[in-house]
Amino acid sequence: MPQQSPPAPPPLELVRVAKSFGSVRALRGMSLELRSGEIHALVGENGAGKSTLVKTIAGVHRPDAGWIQADGAPVTFTRPADAQRAGVAVIHQEPTLFPDLSVAENIFIGRQPRTRLRTIDRARMRRETDEVFTRLGVPVDPDRPARGLSIADQQLVEIAKALTRQARVLVMDEPTAALSSVEAERLFTVARTLRDQGVALLFISHRFDEVFALCDRITVVRDGAFVSCDPAADLDVDTVVQRMVGREVETLYPKQETEAGHTLLEVEGLTRHGVFEDIGFTVRSGEIVALAGLVGAGRSEVVRALFGVDRYDAGSVRVDGVPLAQGSPKAAMAAGLALVPEDRREQGLVMESSIARNATSTRRSALSRLGLLSSRAEDEACRSWGEPLQLKYGRLTDPVSTLSGGNQQKVVLAKWLATGPSVLFVDEPTRGIDVGTKAEVHRLLSALAADGLAVVMVSSELPEVLGMADRVLVMHEGRITAELDRDEADEESVMYAATGQPPREALR
Amino acid sequence: MAPERTAPAAREHAAAWPGRVRALLSARESPVVAALLVSLVFASLFLDMFATGRNMGFLLLSVAAIALMALPMTLIVITGEIDLSVASTLALSSATLGALWEAGVPIETALLICLLLGAALGALNGLFVTVLGLPSLAVTIGTMALYRGLAYVLLGDRAVASYPQDWVSGARAPFLGIEGLPWIAVAILAMAALFAVLLHATGIGRSLYDIGNNTEAARFTGVAVKRTKFWLFTLSGTVASGAGVFWTLQYGTSRADTAFGLELQVVAAVLLGGVSIFGGVGTVLGVMSGVLLLGTVRNALQLLGVSGDVLQIVTGLILIASVVGPNLVASLRRRRRTPAPTRVPTVPRPPTHDGETP
Repeated sequence: MPQQSPPAPPPLELVRVAKSFGSVRALRGMSLELRSGEIHALVGENGAGKSTLVKTIAGVHRPDAGWIQADGAPVTFTRPADAQRAGVAVIHQEPTLFPDLSVAENIFIGRQPRTRLRTIDRARMRRETDEVFTRLGVPVDPDRPARGLSIADQQLVEIAKALTRQARVLVMDEPTAALSSVEAERLFTVARTLRDQGVALLFISHRFDEVFALCDRITVVRDGAFVSCDPAADLDVDTVVQRMVGREVETLYPKQETEAGHTLLEVEGLTRHGVFEDIGFTVRSGEIVALAGLVGAGRSEVVRALFGVDRYDAGSVRVDGVPLAQGSPKAAMAAGLALVPEDRREQGLVMESSIARNATSTRRSALSRLGLLSSRAEDEACRSWGEPLQLKYGRLTDPVSTLSGGNQQKVVLAKWLATGPSVLFVDEPTRGIDVGTKAEVHRLLSALAADGLAVVMVSSELPEVLGMADRVLVMHEGRITAELDRDEADEESVMYAATGQPPREALR
Repeated sequence: MAPERTAPAAREHAAAWPGRVRALLSARESPVVAALLVSLVFASLFLDMFATGRNMGFLLLSVAAIALMALPMTLIVITGEIDLSVASTLALSSATLGALWEAGVPIETALLICLLLGAALGALNGLFVTVLGLPSLAVTIGTMALYRGLAYVLLGDRAVASYPQDWVSGARAPFLGIEGLPWIAVAILAMAALFAVLLHATGIGRSLYDIGNNTEAARFTGVAVKRTKFWLFTLSGTVASGAGVFWTLQYGTSRADTAFGLELQVVAAVLLGGVSIFGGVGTVLGVMSGVLLLGTVRNALQLLGVSGDVLQIVTGLILIASVVGPNLVASLRRRRRTPAPTRVPTVPRPPTHDGETP
């Protein structure tokens, strides 16, 4: 219990909220109390349940169990509008304003003040916009169009919108991810002003310096569950990191010991301005190299550029010593690269197409005879890969969308393994699939590496990174901040590098 | 639906016959094939003039240009794009043929120039769509006006009708002397077979469906999306100019306003044939049936003495029905599959309490 009960009940409180998506338990008994006049930080790893929590507060998700309380009374948010009515506002990382409308029009969109003649009262709209920006202490012209506003200014417009709606609870979901330090500082000033005016703020960030500089209390979540909640003054970075990751590396990772062979992939100075800078690494035959880091660090973008889906501005890529032309997945495939992409539904599979056609989509010319491709050849090839992967399906002609997530991922793997690659990129290979299939995928990757494949694995799951990788490259804001060998890498060293903190060794 | 099984081979064998029949019945193009057969039977039974060699020849010639242009259009619509400039390309090709012929260019040379021009016109569409990334709907509405305008520049409101008589009658000649079977119909049948093989039995065909269903996934699989689309538009322009040459010789005249609005009939036939306007779905068999169905309905109505305005209205209605129909069927199926669409998960009411006891 808190040491001193507040005079009024908190404007918003989550009580033992649980939420599952299929077999994935995103939140399990999460409690959180947002008090007036306080900035509350929420920290946790990727996938710890932060986004689900925000969406629950915003009325997007309904809790399976537990409930939300506003001013001490239980409420049910069935729609985002319900949450808004209760005074909750969410400021997203990248706001979505109407670019052709003015700032004032954006703020009053859908609830414009009317004159007596039922026309829109522009003067009042402008006046109230001016007032709210004065209250925030930042000068923004109410008449300028939203187009061309910096992301920082767009966030301020969103905050202003929330305030004109009499929001008493403001949730900021990683607001500083795309801001410069000056812009972030201005946002913090605004946040403090609001706190002093009695607003309850929830601040989500991966940057510990910000969390400690701004917030009054810090709640740590892990695996969808509440871990701790303490005044920021009683905590330090080390304690928070330990609480974020503090769990055993499970035995879900049947990593085989392999001898690394010759170098298969060499990347030098790879740069795509504003996305990643000066990326360089090598991968040898038989190695599993993990690209770790937080979401948005640029890991997926690097593998996409390597595979030729995106272009890059500078740098060079060699596969088995031969330079690889950029911008062509076809050339990458011919050089022996394969990419199991991050988003199975959008990038990995054509959901409307059949299982057999998806599984063979990478080898159509190889399966053709005299230029003709028969369904029988496709079915046979698909079956020959489906069996070792223990693919479970009804008919090969069924749309791949009828499969479960794990089986869909197996189809993606089959599709790429069938090309006989020498370097395999896997981006979040086990996202959203059940534990059993997860272990199968891990066993498969391990066996492939043992056979001499070079594997580059992007993963946001630290246990997976630590359990599977021979080497870990950690990225932070588009740069590689650490390269750790298997025995050097632990959850804390990766987490420090991923959040851009100096390594612990240097602090000692 | 089908339960998950690990032994699919046995199951597939057992379900082969009824499964195939069901697949045939539920195929998207089945209704249009059936409608074509029904309308052919009805027209033959109730219209004395319909099932004659002369009328069949007339019917087939009347849909020849549409059928030609519908083939590449099918591929383009399957990739999620559209080419509305085909009728204007046809007209510009026809006008060019007229201008060249008048200038004394031998007809064989003029034909070749027309086909090259068509390829260039299609390639221009392709460049706008792929290099500049513009929506093909907007691009080809623009070039529809542009190409038509250029045809007027060439011919004004004149007509060129001095084509050599043997070429003109040659265009309409029957195949091996069979009455009611123009050689162009046989040529189109052969082309349709080629397109069907390309679309349904090659890797390129598969990738067209992938592009239409999910461009992003196609790109991740190594499909050169832009290059493919570019060549499709070039092909469409070439075929449309070929149709223009045939059209010119078939009617023995070139005019700038020729085939005005014909692109709508091409699109109508393609959609009627079961190709999804959103891309990713469709067959050549369906489209050819769509072309013939439209032609049969128009022909039968003409035999009944219905005026051209009404024909236009009927074409429009069939087009709308062909777009609305599949969606309606799909939503009906969905409704049947999910018996209770509004199944709200039961949320336990939170207990009301005065004192907080954690």
